[in-house]
Amino acid sequence: MSIFHFISDFFSQSAHWHGYDGIPQRLWEHIQYSMLAMAVATGVALPVGLVTGHTGRGGNALALLATAGRALPSFGLLVLLFVIIGLGLLPVMIPLVVLAIPPILVTTNEAVRSVDPAPVDAARGMGMRPLRILAQVELPVALPLILSGLRSAAIQIVSTATIAAYVSFGGLGRYIVDGLYQRDYEQVVGGATLVAGLALATLGAFWLAGRLAVSPGVRHR
Amino acid sequence: MGIVTDSRIHGRRSRAAAALIAATAAVALLGACGSSGSGGDGNPLAPAKAAAGQVVVGSNNFAESILLADIYGEALKAKGLKVSYKPNIGSRETTYGLIKNGSLTVLPEYNGALLAYLDPKAVPTSADATDSAAAAKLDPALQLLRHAAAEDKDAVVVNQGTAAKYHLTADSSIADLASAAHELVLGGSPEFQTRQQGVLGLKSVYGLDFKSFKALDAGGALSEAALKKNDVQAADLFTTDFTIAKEKFITLKDPKNLFGFQNVVPLVRKDDLPQKGVDALNAVSAKLDTTTLLDLDTKVQADKKDPLDVATEWLKSVGLS
Repeated sequence: MSIFHFISDFFSQSAHWHGYDGIPQRLWEHIQYSMLAMAVATGVALPVGLVTGHTGRGGNALALLATAGRALPSFGLLVLLFVIIGLGLLPVMIPLVVLAIPPILVTTNEAVRSVDPAPVDAARGMGMRPLRILAQVELPVALPLILSGLRSAAIQIVSTATIAAYVSFGGLGRYIVDGLYQRDYEQVVGGATLVAGLALATLGAFWLAGRLAVSPGVRHR
Repeated sequence: MGIVTDSRIHGRRSRAAAALIAATAAVALLGACGSSGSGGDGNPLAPAKAAAGQVVVGSNNFAESILLADIYGEALKAKGLKVSYKPNIGSRETTYGLIKNGSLTVLPEYNGALLAYLDPKAVPTSADATDSAAAAKLDPALQLLRHAAAEDKDAVVVNQGTAAKYHLTADSSIADLASAAHELVLGGSPEFQTRQQGVLGLKSVYGLDFKSFKALDAGGALSEAALKKNDVQAADLFTTDFTIAKEKFITLKDPKNLFGFQNVVPLVRKDDLPQKGVDALNAVSAKLDTTTLLDLDTKVQADKKDPLDVATEWLKSVGLS
């Protein structure tokens, strides 16, 4: 039994394509968990990264905090929170958000801080207010780097959202966790393939977003 | 130029370090050979045979097995036998091999799990049938003694709220849940959902149709937490799980033996255990039931008492020490 055999078996079974345990449903659940975690993480980390990058203050403290956050094991955090909080989406979301904040925060801060000072000075000389400088000069210039931070956060969330299945939720992790416990390796391989595929699709989505959003003048590669 | 000199110094230093490590290892190895040589065996890799007249009690790598080994071992000691312990060894795959080759004399076992290991296809219908089926497959040097009433197996457990709502007591069976099951959420490990000894059997044998199933873990921290917080109203836990006593959960009886038999039973080497030792172990098994074992497990796992103290204390209380 090769891995490709497992994959073709998994995807050729019609039972895997509909119902509450079908691939479309599980894929949709996985995307929902990922989007929710991504929205919360971005909502927290992006403004903080922009402001600290703009003012150039607190960068070291942020880096320290972000490194500490990265060191937290998602799985351990999940089980701990489950035992404390109980069954619900919150114990799943917290580890995912904690995982995604560091890359967004650090790259955004770094991206804004390393914007060429010449255009920023020029904008200030033209009488722009700080908020406008941030929105109209620093953000567009820093956007490629900010997007790369968001991208790595999104990919980490997509691949880690599988842990939701460990505490009885759905998503693509369901196939992996159930398959492992039930010794049904076809499911494990199929689930892993789907997660990898979704991660690649996320990569593609960010590439597209970069093409559309980044100003041609800034896009130097 | 400077870089070259640096790398040379560095190279010399690391070579010296490597030589030092090698020398230390060699000394340690020689020491090890010397000590085993004095044992008189010659081959340092040969299994350590129990000395004549010495009873070696082994246990698997979980708390209850260690406690049971202490209970059986101390009972042997009380009858004047020379006992030594090899606790916390590993899984059945390892310990069965060790008792087969004579490194262990006594090993606490569970009859159903042992039978499943020796003959995965067997479907026994009583605890005695489980014993005899396992005995038939045992290595000729080994023997199963009398099993205890104490069992450590899967059980449907409900929390206090559920028990109060549907008037369930310690005497209630799984069947009493039949009319209420459609209002209840069941928790268990993911494999519990697809096993005959799980959701399938609960439906076909007892007619239980739960509202939904939450895939958690096999009687571990997740299932216990979910049941405690009433996220699930019933869960698959193990009968000697100390949280059952701690949280006052109710274990439902399994009169149709859906979950099989997992009685505690001592597995022994026939030739290395004298008759008075066999009698001592049988006397312990006669006194040990699930409630007692759960109580002793709680003392060890929840109250963090030394299993050896718990064992001697209990033996004294039932007059076996």
